[in-house]
Amino acid sequence: MSQAPTQTSLETPDATGSAVATLGPDPDTAGDPPILGLLRIVDRRSDPPGRGAVNRERFIRRFKDDIKRAADEEFGKRSIKDVGRGGRISIPGRGLAEPRLVHDDDSGSRDFVLPGNREYLPGDSVSRPRRGEGDGAQGDDPGSGEGSDSFAFALSREEFLALFFDDLELPNLERTRFGEMSMERMRRGGYSREGLPTNLLPGMTVRMGIARRIALRGALAAHVLELEQKLDTPGAVTDEDERARLRDEITRLRERREKLPFLEDVDRRYRSRVPTTAPATRAVMLCLMDVSGSMDERKKDLAKRFFALLYLFLERKYGHVDVIFVRHTETAEEVDEERFFHDPQTGGTLVQPALELAYRIIQDRFAGPDWNVYVAQASDGDCTSDDGRKSAAYLAQELLPLVRYFAYIDIPSSSGWFNRASDLWQSYDAVQGPAFARRTVNDRSDIWPVFRELFARKQAA
Amino acid sequence: MMGSVDDTLEKQRPWPKLLAKPSVPMPRLDVVRRSEPIATGTEWTLGTLEKFDHAIAAHARRMGLDTYPIQYEMITASQMLDLCSTVGMPVHYSHWSFGKSLLSQEHGYKKGMTGLAYEIVINTSPAIAYLMETNTLALQVLVMAHAGYGHNAFFKSNYLFRQFTQADAILDYLQFARTFVADCEEQYGWREVESVLDCCHALAPYGVDRYRRPQRLSVKRERARLNERMRFAEKHYNADFAHLHMDEQDGAEGGEADALPPFDPQENLLYFIEKHAPKLQPWQRELVRIVRKVSQYFYPQRLTKVANEGAATFWHYTLLNELYDAGEVDDGFMLEWLGNHGDVVAQPAFDSRRFSGLNPYALGFSIFRDIRRICESPTDEDREWFPSIAGTPWQEAIKFAMTNFKDDSLIEQYLSPKVMRDMRLFMMHDGDEDRDHYHIRAIHNESGYTQVRQTLAAQYRGESYIPTLVVARSNDEAERALLLQHRVESGRMLDTQSAETVLGYVKKLWKFDVVLEEIDSEGRRLKIHRT
Repeated sequence: MSQAPTQTSLETPDATGSAVATLGPDPDTAGDPPILGLLRIVDRRSDPPGRGAVNRERFIRRFKDDIKRAADEEFGKRSIKDVGRGGRISIPGRGLAEPRLVHDDDSGSRDFVLPGNREYLPGDSVSRPRRGEGDGAQGDDPGSGEGSDSFAFALSREEFLALFFDDLELPNLERTRFGEMSMERMRRGGYSREGLPTNLLPGMTVRMGIARRIALRGALAAHVLELEQKLDTPGAVTDEDERARLRDEITRLRERREKLPFLEDVDRRYRSRVPTTAPATRAVMLCLMDVSGSMDERKKDLAKRFFALLYLFLERKYGHVDVIFVRHTETAEEVDEERFFHDPQTGGTLVQPALELAYRIIQDRFAGPDWNVYVAQASDGDCTSDDGRKSAAYLAQELLPLVRYFAYIDIPSSSGWFNRASDLWQSYDAVQGPAFARRTVNDRSDIWPVFRELFARKQAA
Repeated sequence: MMGSVDDTLEKQRPWPKLLAKPSVPMPRLDVVRRSEPIATGTEWTLGTLEKFDHAIAAHARRMGLDTYPIQYEMITASQMLDLCSTVGMPVHYSHWSFGKSLLSQEHGYKKGMTGLAYEIVINTSPAIAYLMETNTLALQVLVMAHAGYGHNAFFKSNYLFRQFTQADAILDYLQFARTFVADCEEQYGWREVESVLDCCHALAPYGVDRYRRPQRLSVKRERARLNERMRFAEKHYNADFAHLHMDEQDGAEGGEADALPPFDPQENLLYFIEKHAPKLQPWQRELVRIVRKVSQYFYPQRLTKVANEGAATFWHYTLLNELYDAGEVDDGFMLEWLGNHGDVVAQPAFDSRRFSGLNPYALGFSIFRDIRRICESPTDEDREWFPSIAGTPWQEAIKFAMTNFKDDSLIEQYLSPKVMRDMRLFMMHDGDEDRDHYHIRAIHNESGYTQVRQTLAAQYRGESYIPTLVVARSNDEAERALLLQHRVESGRMLDTQSAETVLGYVKKLWKFDVVLEEIDSEGRRLKIHRT
């Protein structure tokens, strides 16, 4: 028997072969040789899972196209926050069948036996179910078994992501792709002798004073004692002046001992706060998107993928991420996700109002050092040159200092016959800085590389 | 029900008389009862299970059950899903169809639509029975009795398993197959391998020798043979002249006889392809062989679904009742497993929404249980129908039934009128004369028993659900076409669409034209399918 090498024996070490004889409940059969029965119980629960995963992967590989289509549909229905979860997928059943040679039930004659007769007698007849309505007396039973028209199953998070960002082939979202986000934080760091009066610790200070007084009193008493002994020892000090000087000294020391100050500067203790770096914990992601007429479904889909990917990364990093949606045409407004992606708007394009609104949102709600603010802007890049120039300036001067990262993706019209950079792209030439990055995305397959590039740069910076 | 035996018991019965006679055997008087059950409650430990196994073993031995040694393996629910997806084998080559069944089972399980298989047992020596960790104590013991003793004894005694499978070699062989398939994928690409396997899977029912005992599986020999074959073939293979080589060989063997040697029809299509397909690469032949061998291994299981499950269910029922009689389990334990047992042997009526064919557990269990009843308390009807076993020791009758029959013969021999009445079996006829109605030909009554029994037996013959197929001729000098024949019985033709799909698969392997004839009993051609 070649079994997997991880064969673990039973918890009781002696329970392999001799167990049959020792544990038998029947005293009269206990002595018999173990002809029948237990060889051993092997606990395989801790064995690594494996085979299932391989076959599962094969199934997905084989029906990748169908599954991808289903995953895409599913993606369209989901909110950004749910994209990363696994889920139920249903694909058409055609092609899934494993064909076998079968009889044509409409030819020849056959007899068959069924259970559960209640009323039939020989010679009775029942109407024959029509084809496709189920076999024989199985009757109409729409919900039973796996229907031939669709095959439903559940995908895990990883599988879903792999399909969702299809063609990416690199769905391993690693933490290390990110530079460590950290912030300075003051932390209690023991006591100090200096500090602001508000941080004074009275109890501690008094304790220090008591300690000081005890220490000094003891030292003075010892000194006095020493001098007195010197004075009292016959013949030790004979000179009268010297004796007078010693007596004065003793008096002085006794007085000093009585008059030790209750508090002194050295007794003061303050709470000390030391700066430490700690990973920033809260994150917000602002999605800015141009929803003017020129942004069609394809562009919005690309943008959604980008936003979703960013969300997944941030979620891995921070655990919880707030998402704010800001859409703009000529004006900007904060909306919910549904309207952000699916509510069509008409009108021209002004970028600056969106940036201003983002600025206000950040100032109002996400100011402070522990907020990591990420902004992702998606646009087809149509804007007036004036607006572009102003937006770039506003971005560079006002918004960029507040955010940890600003990513702009440019989604040019696929029908564009000229290969020129878009207006907004050109305007953003003026924006520089490690927290700013921009890329052009033409196709779904671009998204992952762009994303990686954006954040690789970040890491290098 | 129990006749005269009951009357004598009546007087000695230490418990109050019940209103109705119990249909479940009550504690017997001749058994020494333990003062306390082995364990109570639903929790178990490996130690408890071991004690239960010894208890079961003691009863099984007393009843003359002969089994392979058993190895239980404790696994998790997800491991059980894995196992189910690869037809219960712990090792198997990789294929998408296993993934498909895994996904659908997992989906059903997570949604709570289906439970998991209670038991999987592998016909090896020692037999391996899987216990799932989420089961309660009662279920674990039920599975131990069912798989570890019932199936195990069936595997060891039944003639088909003795004849056709080598219990100890299958896991090693599958290990070898897995490695080989993986190597092929590495070397020739997964698409190639998958397409060959797809073809073979579709033809797997035609990859068995139905009458000839297969050669013993031996990994060592397989490896040696494979190496030899690959080495030779790769040295000599040339795609352009591959068919010429075949010709030479044929010519050499045929010797002086110029005419085609008379061709014996062959029923093992995969074997024929493996040996004679003109243009298959050596590794492809080997894949065909692997599918063929696996199919052969499962062949007896296909033929003994009712007998096997029936015997196993009968034995777990009997053994667990013995445990109860001996005071080794308490009432709660009994109630729990009986609930599960009831689900397993439930047979929804034909017009119920839950009906999905005859439940082999229900049918088999009824048959085996009735054999015991006929032995222990035969009625006049039983004496008339089963003179040879009525009133004889039941252990021997059961053993005989387990040893010598497969589904169709078991039904033909043992399906008693009482079982037909209890299950309310009846027979329908569907024929050319009236396509709008089914006609009831026989029911569970005096004049119908024989006919119902024979029809049901025929229903379990392989030919009734897997159309037969034989290789009638090949290597037709000019066109190299392969001729397959389906012998049409009682006018049942092949489904055109499935025939064409399957022919396509044959052609993929044969690489030349394949023709499928449907012939009647006189050999007249009724229909022809071409690729």
